[in-house]
Amino acid sequence: MNEPITPRLSVRGLSTSFMTDRGRVTSVSDVSFDIPSGGTLALVGESGSGKSVTSLGLMGLHAKGSQAIVGGEAWFVKRNGERVNLLALAEADKRRLRGNELAMIFQEPMTSLNPVLTVGEQIAESVRLHLGMDRRDALQHAKKMLDLVEIPAAERRLHEYPHQLSGGMRQRVMIALAMACNPTLLIADEPTTALDVTIQAQILALIQRLQKETGMSVLFITHNLGVVAQYADRVAVMYAGRIVETAAVGPLFAAPQHPYTRGLLACLPGMAVRGSVAKSRPRLTAISGQVCSPFEPPPGCAFAPRCALHIAACDTAMPPLAALADGRQARCIRVNEKIEMTA
Amino acid sequence: MNDTANPLIEVRGLRKYFGAGPQPVRAVDGVSFAIREGETLGLVGESGSGKSTIGRMLIRLLDPTEGQIRFKDRDIAHISQRQMRPLRSSMQIIFQDPYASLNPRMRIRQILGEALDTHGLAKGKGERQARIAELLDLVGLRPEYADRYPHEFSGGQRQRIGVARALAVEPSFIVADEPLSALDVSIQAQVVNLLCDLKDRFGLTMLFISHDLDVVEFLCDRVIVLYLGKIMEIAPTETLYHRPQHPYTQALLAASPIPDPAQRHKDRPLLVGDIPSPANPPSGCVFRTRCPHALPACAETVPALAEVAPGHWKACLRNDLHPLSMKGTSQ
Repeated sequence: MNEPITPRLSVRGLSTSFMTDRGRVTSVSDVSFDIPSGGTLALVGESGSGKSVTSLGLMGLHAKGSQAIVGGEAWFVKRNGERVNLLALAEADKRRLRGNELAMIFQEPMTSLNPVLTVGEQIAESVRLHLGMDRRDALQHAKKMLDLVEIPAAERRLHEYPHQLSGGMRQRVMIALAMACNPTLLIADEPTTALDVTIQAQILALIQRLQKETGMSVLFITHNLGVVAQYADRVAVMYAGRIVETAAVGPLFAAPQHPYTRGLLACLPGMAVRGSVAKSRPRLTAISGQVCSPFEPPPGCAFAPRCALHIAACDTAMPPLAALADGRQARCIRVNEKIEMTA
Repeated sequence: MNDTANPLIEVRGLRKYFGAGPQPVRAVDGVSFAIREGETLGLVGESGSGKSTIGRMLIRLLDPTEGQIRFKDRDIAHISQRQMRPLRSSMQIIFQDPYASLNPRMRIRQILGEALDTHGLAKGKGERQARIAELLDLVGLRPEYADRYPHEFSGGQRQRIGVARALAVEPSFIVADEPLSALDVSIQAQVVNLLCDLKDRFGLTMLFISHDLDVVEFLCDRVIVLYLGKIMEIAPTETLYHRPQHPYTQALLAASPIPDPAQRHKDRPLLVGDIPSPANPPSGCVFRTRCPHALPACAETVPALAEVAPGHWKACLRNDLHPLSMKGTSQ
């Protein structure tokens, strides 16, 4: 084992564009990242930053009508050791991987479960398809899965419909469904956003436990920096369709390099309260303005119009994602200047 | 019953049951508290705890089933909508969803002007126009935006318009019902700063409803923790966050993810199960079914809200539990 270990998923130069009434618009470009076996990468960003587009592209789940064009490569190591490019696979091969070695859970469990099938039938369907089990074994397997995700009275729940379950229970069912074929990569797209904090904590603890037990890799998509800080190993911050910074979770929060990441962390009221010494209420250092429209991207850096460190050179070209020390990367031409940001 | 120096609003035994029959949904079940003049009171709890129902009852968008709401020393809980009307200019609400709460067919000028006209607050076209420009300026929008429609604005800008509409009638009391939850973090910070500024500038009294514990800690002077329509704990913000006494408050704070990887939760106790149905709440203490410290006695008696320290109230039978020190680093 002296060779460097190949990551479970290695994405290089992923880009995605869609057809709209106003012509073709690029919503994700030049996205590259690695997820090692058993590791968790959090993809963080605000609405419209391209997090979900990235994950749907990897799964090949873009709606046909959107006429998505997905470019780049996404090398995935299968259970048998074979390396495949997810973006170049034939539809039939993709189907064999999806729900099997690659699984995904979504934000809204009610809309991702089939309302007219019982919970048991939905889980059984996937194992019959991928593992070739017969009806009875599949249902038995489904019960095992409900036990795995700690659903009480699994035997009874097996025969219930999604509407009979609470939000937290539905998300557990989604996870049971995703885990049914023992995936090696789980893509979790805002899995706890619709849930209350106490339920969110349960679901995150569950995903962590399953990850530890099975050694699967997790691509965790979220806008919640608290969740990132608690659960991720590495973080990629997205802004306007591009990764602007990547780092291990500790260094990212301790010393964010990109002005957007810095701004994002400074926005958090939790950080402001903890950081304040004065008795008076501190002001939040908000990022001014809003995200640029994908139809009219600025000429250079997409964050330039909102950036406190903006200089004329920022408007000439999109800065490259520059490599920094300790395996970090940041997309900013001023990143080596070590500027202190002031509010 | 709570310390009430100059309360602007005082609520006693407030109840809201939805549906008739033997098992109505007890959305709010006997809640009493007061909001001082100039204070921002936070109302936190999980979905279904009755936060929004309380907010809406306070300004009579919902009729209480039972109880008193004293606003400036007058009980408004059961007065008619006609009698309510003159009071409406002193109490306003900011809604959660800035996409659903603005009429898509009205220009911003009409949206803001309607509030002024209803309460006869601007005489003549010139004054109306000037006031609308002033309101937009107040929330950080350009006056020329008055001729646009809501769809031409981003979520954050729409929420600013919602704030401007609430302020148009110069209210003394505002219910902010999850005003930030539809917004991205960077935009949230802008609106939080705006609310802080307006509060300082106009001395507004505010009921701030949220499930985001960090924002509440930042913005509020005191906090009420609700569970299944009942108050579990009331305390000044700093006390509540640093020395929570009620097991539910402790669990809520422990579950809230801290945005700092250096402070990862390790083996923290997680609440098991879901919030029970408000149509069939547990006997005794409503939290006992999920409480790690429940005793058989908790099923028998409904714990009364009792003062454990000046201004700090909790509804829990167990007085033998040590208050959890939540944030070890702070002094």
